[in-house]
Amino acid sequence: MDADDVRRAIWRMAHEIIERNHGLDSVVLVGLQTGGVGIADAFAEALAEIGGTTPPMGTLDVALFRDDIGIRPVLPEAVTDIPVDLDGAIVVLIDDVLFTGRTIRAALDALNAYGRPRAVQLAVMVDRGHRELPIRPDYVGKNLPTRRDEMVDVSPHGVELGEVVKL
Amino acid sequence: MKHLLSITDLTRADIEQLHKLTDSFAEVGRRSIPKVPALRGKNLVWLFYEDSTRTRLSFEQAAKRLSADTMTFSVGSSSVKKGESLRDTVLTIEAMGVDAIVVRHASAGVPWQIAAWLEGRVSVVNAGDGWHEHPTQALLDSYTIREERGSLDGLHIGIIGDIKHSRVARSDVLAYTALGAEVTLIAPPTLLPPSIEGWPVRVSHDLDAVLPTLDVAYLLRMQQERMTEHLVPSLREYTTRYGLTLRRVDALRDDALVMHPGPMNRGVEISAEVADLPRSVIIDQVRNGVATRMAVLYLLLGQGAEKVLDPRDLPALDDRITGSGPEAAPSDDMKSSQKAFGAAEVRT
Repeated sequence: MDADDVRRAIWRMAHEIIERNHGLDSVVLVGLQTGGVGIADAFAEALAEIGGTTPPMGTLDVALFRDDIGIRPVLPEAVTDIPVDLDGAIVVLIDDVLFTGRTIRAALDALNAYGRPRAVQLAVMVDRGHRELPIRPDYVGKNLPTRRDEMVDVSPHGVELGEVVKL
Repeated sequence: MKHLLSITDLTRADIEQLHKLTDSFAEVGRRSIPKVPALRGKNLVWLFYEDSTRTRLSFEQAAKRLSADTMTFSVGSSSVKKGESLRDTVLTIEAMGVDAIVVRHASAGVPWQIAAWLEGRVSVVNAGDGWHEHPTQALLDSYTIREERGSLDGLHIGIIGDIKHSRVARSDVLAYTALGAEVTLIAPPTLLPPSIEGWPVRVSHDLDAVLPTLDVAYLLRMQQERMTEHLVPSLREYTTRYGLTLRRVDALRDDALVMHPGPMNRGVEISAEVADLPRSVIIDQVRNGVATRMAVLYLLLGQGAEKVLDPRDLPALDDRITGSGPEAAPSDDMKSSQKAFGAAEVRT
């Protein structure tokens, strides 16, 4: 995927978000730190142009809710910022890559501390498979079959598949 | 990091990393449910051989917000009264299964001794050892200054009062200078340590001369028990020369902060009005203490650096499943898994 493909995918998903939720009332965008935050910003731009309003935006760092704490070094990379009460909101979680599903599991737990959303939906730029938990995305930019040892790099300039560089 | 015993074990980068981590934990404290499951199943024990209000409660609050379990050991109601030695006490506690011991003791060096006895099986946190060190206090103090001023680089920090008996002063000097601040100790000669050779500080006996140059006036508690040692003629004379009164506060720069580790003796080292001024961040220090201790406990116990579990390093659950889209999950997989289920049924 090149930069145009990424932009088109975001526009398509933005349309789907509006269609599915009958507008943007009570929709809150939450980008997952750190890869999902830039994509959430792109969603906000697209939604503003299509839907006429920019939904409230937040960011979520799920490190402290991960299930691999104590197994590998897990450190929060950025501060969580949820500026609105999530009671009754429709939260659209946004991340760059959906892989094992464990990050999303942690995110669902983390959201509990901010209220009880009416619904939580998941938008990802790339679904690369290899799920280890019963989690599926609601909006997908691209289904990308991968091997487990490959790396997927998502940026505004495009999506790239690369080999893991072992140090 | 296995233990937190002394600020000298930390580099500037370590302290800055802890501060950054503290930002994340401060945010946890502001949530409507200020609790994360990060240290679920970890067991901490407070081994306090000396009295403490804020340090122990602050550690307790930090542990609870991380979902750790805690046990309190207090000397007054323990077998220490029956003559049990420190070593036996520590080994007994270890045998019950703890992940970290947070220790305060009147003798300098006790946390190191405990860490040596436990041979790395349990993390040890120094919550104050004699006149020696109090590292978490220095971390929360430097975090509070960073929060107010952005950075400690180039700031002039005055530590005022009973330096000699203060573990806070020792840890603070190390942390502040590591972060690029200049430190001046301000005290009567009797309340300075016998030797400050090698300390990266300046010394003054004249508070009024130094006050206008300070970015932070850090006051230490004038310990009442020092009076019996005749180190100062009277508390009143101490207040006259070294107390931060309303009149003296006017000499401070407009953006200068007033700090105190607590407990305060209002009317002795700090006047009652000064403690409640907007520039006084004493309550912020306490608030930041919880987040700082969360960061320390998480860094000690939330890390399993030995084992690396990256999903990419593991064999796939099923190598043939690649992606969940329409082009993925070929039907062969479905058939083979059905076969597997069928085989299981035959066996039962």
